[in-house]
Amino acid sequence: MSTPATSFTDHYNFAYLDEQTKRMIRRAILKGIAIPGYQVPFAAREMPMPYGWGTGGVQVTAAVIGHSDTLKMIDQGSDDTTNAVALRNFFVQTTGVNTTTHTKGASLIQTRHRIPEEPLSEDQVLVYQVPIPEPLRFLEPRETETRKMHALEEYGLMHVKLYEDIARFGHIATTYAYPVLVNERYVMDPSPIPKFDNPKMHRMEALQLFGAGREKRIYAIPPHTDVVSLDFEDHPFTPQEFDQPCAICGAEHVYLDEVILDDQGSRMFVCSDSDYCEERRTEGHTGHLGTNPLDAPSNGTAKDNASSKEACK
Amino acid sequence: MTFQDNTPEQPLLLRASKTTKFYGDRIGCQDVSFEVYPGEVLAIVGESGSGKSTLLNCLSTRLAPTTGAVEYRGRDGILRDLYQMSEAQRRVLMRTDWGYVHQHPSDGLRMTVSAGANVGERLMAVGERHYGNIRSNASDWLERVEIATDRIDDDPRAFSGGMRQRLQIARNLVTAPRLVFMDEPTGGLDVSVQARLLDLLRSLVSDLGLAVIIVTHDLAVARLLSHRTLVMRHGRVIEHGLTDQVLDDPQESYTQLLVSSILQP
Ligand SMILES: Nc1ncnc2c1ncn2[C@@H]1O[C@H](COP(=O)(O)OP(=O)(O)OP(=O)(O)O)[C@@H](O)[C@H]1O
Ligand SMILES: [Mg+2]
Ligand SMILES: [Zn+2]
Repeated sequence: MSTPATSFTDHYNFAYLDEQTKRMIRRAILKGIAIPGYQVPFAAREMPMPYGWGTGGVQVTAAVIGHSDTLKMIDQGSDDTTNAVALRNFFVQTTGVNTTTHTKGASLIQTRHRIPEEPLSEDQVLVYQVPIPEPLRFLEPRETETRKMHALEEYGLMHVKLYEDIARFGHIATTYAYPVLVNERYVMDPSPIPKFDNPKMHRMEALQLFGAGREKRIYAIPPHTDVVSLDFEDHPFTPQEFDQPCAICGAEHVYLDEVILDDQGSRMFVCSDSDYCEERRTEGHTGHLGTNPLDAPSNGTAKDNASSKEACK
Repeated sequence: MTFQDNTPEQPLLLRASKTTKFYGDRIGCQDVSFEVYPGEVLAIVGESGSGKSTLLNCLSTRLAPTTGAVEYRGRDGILRDLYQMSEAQRRVLMRTDWGYVHQHPSDGLRMTVSAGANVGERLMAVGERHYGNIRSNASDWLERVEIATDRIDDDPRAFSGGMRQRLQIARNLVTAPRLVFMDEPTGGLDVSVQARLLDLLRSLVSDLGLAVIIVTHDLAVARLLSHRTLVMRHGRVIEHGLTDQVLDDPQESYTQLLVSSILQP
């Protein structure tokens, strides 16, 4: 839908990386798909952006993108944060592919912090940007030891972390990067998505790829794979729930962001997935605020102002 | 149907056969052979550098011997060479059927997680998934090692040396191991704290029927806890027998020297 802000230049190799590097990354991806949830080391390259800007995701996307792809780039659920715009422009410049903000219209989606609300299909690929790929790192800093734990399926430590949550807060307080067991074998960090999104990973139709640039790891979940959030029998996993619908599209059971409306402290809760929200409004749904108060005055991007996600309980 | 009225001899639990460890040219321990039976406490004594820790590490699969064998009888009754087992099998053994108490509690504890989680970790490692059960188990064990149960959510950094050592012991015993290795467990503690820990160890060991292999350079510890004692010097076992015999009537002049040195006022 959106027209690219920048246009394709042929100063770069297609998708920036040279063909040999892309092949190397694809081999890591294939290995990752063959062993769901297993972290495959790869020789991550320097990218023309700093770590923390999604260099891992960018390299994975660059390795799998083709001329016929339609790319969607999301950051915190939105297509128009500074990050999302910069990364989208990077691929427009280096590939000339079409881009879209519509989840349904995209064949390739790179994301940071969210999974779209719209269910994904078999002909789509979802690429996650991952800051810290090792779920055991929290309690075991030694890489040799965490590798051994994965190899021998010694995952007691993950539950130690959840135990500590319950002991301290009365419930499992982990709300982001909530650990999952993939294909009944590997414990995996789903990247810092809200645990609200965890159930979407379970048996997802789309291929899910994860890239960690600084830590040089790639992992994957093939379509239709079991992804189970870790928990205790007497403290079962529960995704966040919101006690109100989206203020402007009325959607329920979606992940909401709190948006500050003015300096008097008025606020509203709206879909974090801005494309989903827009689609619904186009279809004629409205929330209790009717129209989007942010549409009227120019307010900067809503998502850059989105503050807390703790509207949930 | 009749039963034999003499109880059958207990099968041995662990056997070392000519266990030898070289560090390059230097001897760690050499040709050490002995057996340990269920419920038995064996002390390994000797001066600093005599090879006690080396031997203990070889027995507990923490250090592969250069030559010789170490066998252990699993709960299935089968005696297996530990170093023929896969690493995965050895690690399962280490966190279920065995315990290992380090001299420095910080080597055996997770210092940044709560006392409850320290005790519960092994339960979670063997698949316990009920928070309430884990917590009540941890609480019972804190009580057994004389740590007030209201400290369950404190982490060990807030504990005294003696409490830390007792916590380390609880953490090891929660899976009801059959054999516990200890390397100078009272080493870093004040005398009065040592005495209390020894009393606790003694009653736990007899209540639980634990087999223990304990390394100490303190003959008083050997005397109080162990049934049998093995005296090491320069990596070799120079004397081996019932603790009371070894300490009351040492045969080797080196052991005589050791004994007399602690009896000096
Ligand atoms: N990692 C190592 N590398 C080389 N030599 C070692 C190593 N560990 C121990 N040794 C040597 O092996 C011998 C036995 O040491 P070990 O630590 O087993 O003695 P120990 O009886 O436990 O002494 P201590 O009472 O001081 O703890 C010593 O000569 C020691 O220097
Ligand atoms: Mg030693
Ligand atoms: Zn909405």
